[in-house]
Amino acid sequence: MAHGHKSDEKVVFVGDSRVKKGSGWVTPPDYTAYPGKSEAFIPNFLLKEWMVGVVVLVGFLVLTISEPAPLGYPADPGASVIPMPDWYFLFLYEYLKLPYASGDYVVLGTLGVSGVAFGALLLVPFLDTGKERRFYKRPITSALMILSLFAVIYLTNAAWTHYTHELEATGQKPEHIQREEEAKEKHAAGLPTSNAKQSEDSVVAIVDKDNPAMETFKTATCISCHAADLKGASGPSLRGVGDTHSKDEIVAIINNGQGNMPPMKDIALGAGVTEEQLDQLAEWLASQKADAAK
Amino acid sequence: MLKNVYNWIDERLDITPIWRDVADHEVPEHVNPAHHFSAFVYCFGGLTFFITVIQILSGMFLTMYYVPDIINAYNSVEYLQTQVAFGQIVRGMHHWGASLVIVMMFLHTMRVFFTGSYKAPREMNWVVGMLIFFVMLGLGLTGYLLPWDNKAYFATKVTLEIANSVPWLGPIIKELLQGGTIVGAETLTRFFAIHVFFLPAVLLALLVGHFIMIRRQGISGPL
Repeated sequence: MAHGHKSDEKVVFVGDSRVKKGSGWVTPPDYTAYPGKSEAFIPNFLLKEWMVGVVVLVGFLVLTISEPAPLGYPADPGASVIPMPDWYFLFLYEYLKLPYASGDYVVLGTLGVSGVAFGALLLVPFLDTGKERRFYKRPITSALMILSLFAVIYLTNAAWTHYTHELEATGQKPEHIQREEEAKEKHAAGLPTSNAKQSEDSVVAIVDKDNPAMETFKTATCISCHAADLKGASGPSLRGVGDTHSKDEIVAIINNGQGNMPPMKDIALGAGVTEEQLDQLAEWLASQKADAAK
Repeated sequence: MLKNVYNWIDERLDITPIWRDVADHEVPEHVNPAHHFSAFVYCFGGLTFFITVIQILSGMFLTMYYVPDIINAYNSVEYLQTQVAFGQIVRGMHHWGASLVIVMMFLHTMRVFFTGSYKAPREMNWVVGMLIFFVMLGLGLTGYLLPWDNKAYFATKVTLEIANSVPWLGPIIKELLQGGTIVGAETLTRFFAIHVFFLPAVLLALLVGHFIMIRRQGISGPL
């Protein structure tokens, strides 16, 4: 091999490789040689296909920019959320709730009907073996598919209707909408919008824990929303609240409420807190600064 | 110059036949929307591939920020969504692309079905196509958990319960996917691995098969 090839050999290789030595560039056949109005894939047809692609891409990007991807609250096994799969699984989800596809009949649901339907779809070339390709000339195959499509549309719609009714009945909002609205409110109030879980040591400590205002905080029922450790529950955390709010602002929030928080002043007075204690509480809260906590 | 480089490589690797298969083949009249507008239905396959490429690219950029553990998964997604420049766009593309790819693939499947293009000699390509469909659904299912918000968590719990109800194999499948007895840290890392490594590998292998077969057999003729 290393000494070159003999001129009478039929197949000539490149060096000692297994690649056959070609005769150089072969001009591709003229496309007029093909029947009808065929054209070359690259570049003629690909350019046209790319134009369709660009239209799709623009629509897709408009959707992406106008509708940000949804994000709810961090997973919490104790939360009461109506479970919902992505939309293209809804038909299957709804179907598996039907009486003859769930409970004692769940095997019929999962393996029986779904298994046969998806198995038939997978193997349709071996079930519908006739030569006829036009769909109206093979009524059984087409009818089964159209029937399945209607079933899928019906079940998807049923699942969605069911879900919206359930939302109404429980007074829930989908979490991603709730989070977005809350983030907007927090943003307007100048608070951080993040729901990210903070690790323990990055949370600002309580300043002056022994202050009598801590007792007032409990009696005035603040703890029911802001929690006994001030970390917040249904209301926001008050740790380090002094960094973003002055005493006057805190007094105003206690008196008038803010966002979901009702005006708390009268409630606090009703719970046996004096005006003076309330003032002390506001002052104490205003002293909750991250710097002072260190 | 470029031609010399091409010839140099071609002499060593004989790439002309490969190039001809990829690029230098005719597109028949009946699938060309420029000649028959209704032929736009033949675009859905190409568009599915286009969206798939977008999914792969946007997914690659998402993994630059995403952290697959139960404390940081949500935090990293929220950071990506709210802090990173264009993070919202990249995540939006991946989120909406996941739906769009299902839509396009569905339309492509219906076109092939109703034009009877799956018939001999293209049976194997239909089967491979359906396997791609199932892999895509698997990608959608596993990707849904990754933001680790409540919607993801509870949907995955339901999914695993459904998997559990399959006779005999159900509990094994459930435990394999869940990586233990609860939906937790292990579940998230498994779904991440499946979503980012296992299924994309299978998907690419199937796509290669799909495309080799369509090149070997050509597009089905006019009805």
